[in-house]
Amino acid sequence: MLALLRNEKVRGILYQVLVITGFLVVAYFIAINTAHNIEVRGIKSGFGFLHSTAGFDITESPIPFSPQSTHWDVFKVGLLNTLIVAFAGIILSTILGLIIGVSRLSSNWLINRLAAGYIETFRNIPVLLQILFWYNVVLATLPTTRKSLNFLDSVFINNRGIFVPNPIFEPGAWLIGAALIAALLAGWWLHRYAIKLHEATGQNFPAFWISLGLVIGLPLLAYFIMGRPVTFDYPALKGFNFQGGKVFTPEFLALLFALSIYTATFIAEAIRSGIEAVPKGQKEAATALGLTPMQSLRFVVLPQAVRIAIPSIINQYLNLTKNSSLAAAIGYPELVTIFAGTSLNQTGQALEILGITMLTYLLISLVVSMILNWFNAKMKIKER
Amino acid sequence: MAVYEVKPAKVPPLGERGAIAWVRHRLLSSPFNILFTILGIAVLAMIIPPFVKWAILDANFVGHTKADCTGDGACWVFIHEKLKMFIYGFYPEAELWRAKLTIALAILTLIALKFTRLRWIKIGMIVLLPIAAIILLHGGVFGLPLVETSKWGGLLLTLVISTVGIVLSFPIGVLLALGRQSRLPIIKTLSVFYIELIRGVPLITVLFMASVILPLFFPEGINFDKLVRALIGITFFEAAYIAENIRGGLQAIPKGQYEAADALGLGYWQKMRLVILPQAIKVAIPNLVGSFISLFKDTSLVMIIGLFDLLAMVQLTANDRDWLGMETEGYVFVAFVFWIFTFGMSFYSKRLEKQLDTNNRD
Repeated sequence: MLALLRNEKVRGILYQVLVITGFLVVAYFIAINTAHNIEVRGIKSGFGFLHSTAGFDITESPIPFSPQSTHWDVFKVGLLNTLIVAFAGIILSTILGLIIGVSRLSSNWLINRLAAGYIETFRNIPVLLQILFWYNVVLATLPTTRKSLNFLDSVFINNRGIFVPNPIFEPGAWLIGAALIAALLAGWWLHRYAIKLHEATGQNFPAFWISLGLVIGLPLLAYFIMGRPVTFDYPALKGFNFQGGKVFTPEFLALLFALSIYTATFIAEAIRSGIEAVPKGQKEAATALGLTPMQSLRFVVLPQAVRIAIPSIINQYLNLTKNSSLAAAIGYPELVTIFAGTSLNQTGQALEILGITMLTYLLISLVVSMILNWFNAKMKIKER
Repeated sequence: MAVYEVKPAKVPPLGERGAIAWVRHRLLSSPFNILFTILGIAVLAMIIPPFVKWAILDANFVGHTKADCTGDGACWVFIHEKLKMFIYGFYPEAELWRAKLTIALAILTLIALKFTRLRWIKIGMIVLLPIAAIILLHGGVFGLPLVETSKWGGLLLTLVISTVGIVLSFPIGVLLALGRQSRLPIIKTLSVFYIELIRGVPLITVLFMASVILPLFFPEGINFDKLVRALIGITFFEAAYIAENIRGGLQAIPKGQYEAADALGLGYWQKMRLVILPQAIKVAIPNLVGSFISLFKDTSLVMIIGLFDLLAMVQLTANDRDWLGMETEGYVFVAFVFWIFTFGMSFYSKRLEKQLDTNNRD
């Protein structure tokens, strides 16, 4: 018997049986308690509430929403708003992070120190505090609607948000989109052709500049051919507020700015560590081969740096998306604010609602990690 | 025979030495560089003078009410008047010595940790500190009057949450990391499932879960205090991140170390405790400190479930009728406090890294 206990395999099985039993006992205990508590407190269960009317309105919604809409619609609006702010934040933080990250590597001492100062400041302050600061201090102290900051009578900034012209696509505008897609496809094909040509003959083909011309030129051509089918709806002051145009609310802007500025510090650090991780010998070898500094960066340093930097940058995008849930503190109507907040308070069905919310975030994370795995597999250095 | 005297090397030209060379090379080496320097100076000029003017030159430091703030700048009177609330929350005035004693105890422990060499005493201190702190703060025993956790607040609460969170999440994280690396399929699956689930969701949903759903999991009559629920949420959330940091360390340990431990006849726990974990944790320190820093920053989220940490205290007092419009001062103060702590932590971790670096390099 004792000898059997000393057998590694037997012990492994024993441990696992113990763990799984413990896990099941705890799960059972939780399940019966929850069922009992839900009954005692008179909380409804099941997912029927998703089809009942919500009864409240949402301040900004990309899809039509009214108090008669259901909680399922609330979920959709919340998810869309989360994705919108995450998407905008990813673009803004990438631009900012690139600028700061490159500045951090600058040989200019002043620029270098400024970038370091930016990173050390914003990285060490809680993002929730930054969101509140933007919302309660910066955006709240903007002028009132009547005294809006006016840019060329088309962009207005005041304490109710930023008002910009809204493009209206008239019939015929489809050709512009089609032209853009065609230009992108042509650019991709040109790029492949340029590589082939270079490998076969060593000649360089200016694929980049031609593609750039195509991407700008073709849609512009389509725009004029179809008789300028895009017009703009300008915001205008009517009564107490602006009418028309597109408005970015202070809630959205506060969240977007705070998340982008905060995440940019991490992206900048990722870019810096990626570039610094490329061994010095690589640059020296590139110089020895007679490559110019630009060429050495483009063909030797960046391809290796990107491999290191991209995974952590994608992780930061994921963090940004998860941090957008902090909008609950200022009331931007995203998933946590309206679904895990307002809907939960109305229905009291915390278990179902929080379950759906967490599952949604989990799904986003899983999709992102799948992309990441695909990227890592593709980027893996192919060794013999 | 001619004797050649060694001549001292010529001094470099004026432009190539000392401060002048530094300025030439680091600030003005090319037209672009000059442009960037001007840009940098412009940015600095845009930020620093207005801030100094607001925070120092035009600021008000003396007085007791908002009316005393007559200058255009910051009203630091607000911070001064509310400082007690920012640090201790609603902790009763008569019992304040207990909060002060706790903070003193924490600082003493930190100093003592620095001078202790025995690992067991160190671990003992780290475990005892939160227990002693909670007994002291909560009271109800040893003749200390009870102070409800709803009265705790401010920086004190922030520190309590982060210390307890760090101390409790660490062992859970280590176990999860070992579970994930385990060869036993069921243990491995459970660990992976837990870690990926937690890492995939935002902290705020976990906090909601802890504050709304956790009470449903226990038989009627068992009620957790709000703070305990938040602590459970934060601990279990952070444990998943710690686990991933430790796993990174575990993966960096060469296989030979495991094999050598096996060859010495060490059992699994002995092997882990004596050979693998000390090395793995050392490798993981920079990332661990990173996790601790984000935990510290994340404690501000408890505001959303209704606890009054430092940030929430500022939100609250800025809505005080007598002090309306003091958000800026409050936020700048909180940002400064958080910055001091997080910057201090990352600075300490860099030093620790160097200290623990036992690699023999030439």
